[in-house]
Order: sequence, then structure tokens, then C-alpha cells
Amino acid sequence: MARLPELVCPAGSLPALKAAVDNGADTVYFGLKNETNARNFAGLNFDDSTARMGIRYAHERGRKVLMAINTYAQGHDISRWQRAVDEAADLGVDAVILADLGLMDYACRRHPSLRLHLSVQGSATNYEAINLARDLFGVRRAVLPRVLTLDQVKHVIDHTDVEIEVFGFGSLCVMVEGRCLLSSYATGESPNTHGVCSPAKHVRWEHGKQHLNARLGGILIDQYGRDEPAGYPTLCKGRFEVNGVTDYALEEPTSLNVIEMLPDILAIGVAAIKVEGRQRSPAYVAQVTRTLREALDAAGREHLRFSVKPAWQQALSKVAEGQQQTLGAYSRPWK
Amino acid sequence: MQIPEFTVPSALAHIARRLPATPPAWVLVQGLNQLVRRGVLPADMSLLAGHTFEVEVRDAGLTLRFAADARGFTTAGSGSADLRFSANLADFMRMMLREEDPDTLFFNRKLVIEGDTELGLVVKNLLDSVDWSSTPLARFMAA
Repeated sequence: MARLPELVCPAGSLPALKAAVDNGADTVYFGLKNETNARNFAGLNFDDSTARMGIRYAHERGRKVLMAINTYAQGHDISRWQRAVDEAADLGVDAVILADLGLMDYACRRHPSLRLHLSVQGSATNYEAINLARDLFGVRRAVLPRVLTLDQVKHVIDHTDVEIEVFGFGSLCVMVEGRCLLSSYATGESPNTHGVCSPAKHVRWEHGKQHLNARLGGILIDQYGRDEPAGYPTLCKGRFEVNGVTDYALEEPTSLNVIEMLPDILAIGVAAIKVEGRQRSPAYVAQVTRTLREALDAAGREHLRFSVKPAWQQALSKVAEGQQQTLGAYSRPWK
Repeated sequence: MQIPEFTVPSALAHIARRLPATPPAWVLVQGLNQLVRRGVLPADMSLLAGHTFEVEVRDAGLTLRFAADARGFTTAGSGSADLRFSANLADFMRMMLREEDPDTLFFNRKLVIEGDTELGLVVKNLLDSVDWSSTPLARFMAA
């Protein structure tokens, strides 16, 4: 059996980064405090000083640090994205996670020794696209969008020498990664352009006697009954009236959780497993990292004898968005 | 340390509701200012200045109001706040000690956030970014 995949965990703040490292992440990823990354939320992310502290903390403990610059450079000021790449090189991160082709070109010309990862936002779902990114820009790893079955992931891995990273846990959305503009429909801003889906300044929670209303850009997107679990206020997870029935029209609030198929993921040679959630707190990062570390180590030891511990699923379902967890596109028995 | 399931006894809450809320709010404000001065709370006051906040500890019958200006925090009188957090004491403690993630508490409807959503995110992310490892409180923290 090959080496265990790297466990790649999110950090929206210095304490979250430390929580990831302390609980067994091999690698942490972070972004700067601006629209050059897809979690551009008020008060989140790193400045130069906290980035330096975080990188030192991880490197001293033998872990790697990746910087996400995974939005698309906007025409009005491309230099901001280029500066983010320069800053990553200067900070000494182990790799940058990029989506924009122009930015990849800039990075590989200006900083030839900077390792490049192709972001999930780059939306490359086949080996031809990934190999092209390798040939053009020297991309060393690609993060696959959450739309492929496990067999399809294997097919990609079998036809490329680029490392393949897959998502292992976290909130799911409608998963048109790198191409979704739903948020722009309601707010004028979306992940690829502004680094944020459903920006908080457009969100309004209205507490009524009976219901909690969620409004995005003034549009009523969901109405929760008393004590009914709530979710992130995104259009894709809203409930709408379609043909006289009010229900989830696009996607239900749910979280991806691949623990039960870890032996299969190991067997096909996945290089890294990623955890979603830079917007979440250090408590989430600690709990999810600790659980996946244990599960991944167990899968590596036990191979086919691997069995899922109820405590792992319990810990993960507590922090999951929505009341359900899913294998997502990885498992499509009908295919 | 793990916070057990508990709610503040209603008799205690009944008494607390009748006491003036200013002294506890004053203590909170002093504490916040102290944390800012020592550089523990990395607050960008420009994001908070001019806003009023309300923290309601539901089961304890305690409502704390305070405001922020460019220099720090002050107590605030009654009137509607720009941002309001409401939860039971045990859940506030779990959140502060990083046993629970605020998003989890929000999804489960244990934490109520009302008012300016973006300001709420600023405050949440500010609390998350405090590096308690440099303070004596570090040994109480779960993460």
C-alpha cells in the first residue's frame, strides 16, 4: 500500500491553523484578507504578520502550508492577485492554490520554484485539462471538483502524474465549482469574482414569532420553523415554490463525509484529502482534524478490515451543516 | 474541561432580571478593553466603532449592552442594538472555550444572531482569532 494521503485542513485564523497542526493535519491552507481567495469574509483570514507566525508554527512541526489565491483576477486590478502570488513566494509557503490561468502563467514565470496546485475553482474534472495545466504551467497537484464518482476519480489518477487531491469533509453546495454565479443573481457578488458566496452584508435573518426568515439580497430564500436546523443562507440551499410544492429546489443543506470509503480512496492512490471550512472556528477545525486523522491512520493500518467508529461519525455529524451527511458524487451506484 | 449540560436555575434568573445590568456590562467592557490594550484581542476598532452590541444570556436573565468607539468599548444604555447575540450560559461558555463552533450552535438554533449580519461575522471572526495560548486562560481552552 502506498503512503497515506496528506490530510489538508482549513485555517481562517491563526488559532485555527494551530488547532489543525496540533490535531494532526499534515498540511494547512489559508488565504489573505482580501478578494484573492474564496473565503473573503469580514474579519477572517491572515495578514502578513499572522501568516508569518502561522507558517513558522507549522514548519517548526514539520507540516506544510498552502496559500489559496483561488479567485479570478478581475480586470480592474489584476496587480492585486499578482501581488498575492509575490507575497506567497516571499512568505515561503509550500505551494499556492490557483484557479486563474493568467495567474498561473504569472506565477510560473515570476516564481519558477513556487509549487502550483490547481484549485477546485479551476473546475478541471478530466485528466486532459489537468495534464494541460501541468504542461503549460508546471502544476503539481489538482484539487478535483466534487462532481466525480470514485471510479471517475480513479480514471483521472490513472492517466496523469499530477497529484490528485479530493474533498473529504465539509459543507456541500450545488457544486458547479468555479462556474457558479447563483450568489451574483441575488447580490451581485459571487466566489469567482469577489471571493465570497452570499456575502454577509446582503444577508438578513428575521426572527418572527413562528419562523426564522433568511433573506439574501432581499429575496426570501428560506423559512425555518421553531427549532428547525438552519443552514448557510445560499440560494442553492434555499426552499422555493416549484409547481405548487415548496421544498429544496436545487440542493439540500448537507455535508460531504467520506470516512466510510477511506480504504477505497487509499487504494486508488489519492495524494491528499481536503477538509472544507476556512470560515469555521478553531473548534470545528480541531474536531474535524482530530477525527479524520484517527480515521485515516486506522484505514492505513487496517486496510480492508477497516470499520468506521460510531464516535467519528458522531463528532462529524455534530459540526456538519444540515442534518445529513453524504458520500456525494463519489457514490453513484446507479451509474 | 468539558462544559456539562446545564441551564441557570430560573429562581436565580428571576433575581438577576431585577438587578441592574450595568455592573456586569461594566465588567465585560473593562475586560474587553484590557484584552485590546494587551494585544490579545486583535480588534480592528474601525470595523466596530459607532456600533452598539447586546449580549443576552437567556437562562440567566442577563442582558448586557455595550458600544464601541475608535478607542475601545463603553457601556451603553437601553435602545435597540446594531447586533444582538442570544444564547444560554452553557452555550456561551462552550463557544468562548472553543468546545463548540458558533456556526454549529447557529445551525442548531442554540445561538441567535440578530441585526447587522456582517457585523456579527466581524465579531465572530474576532473571537476566533484570539490566540489564547499567550494568556493564562490557555489551559481552559478546548482548541
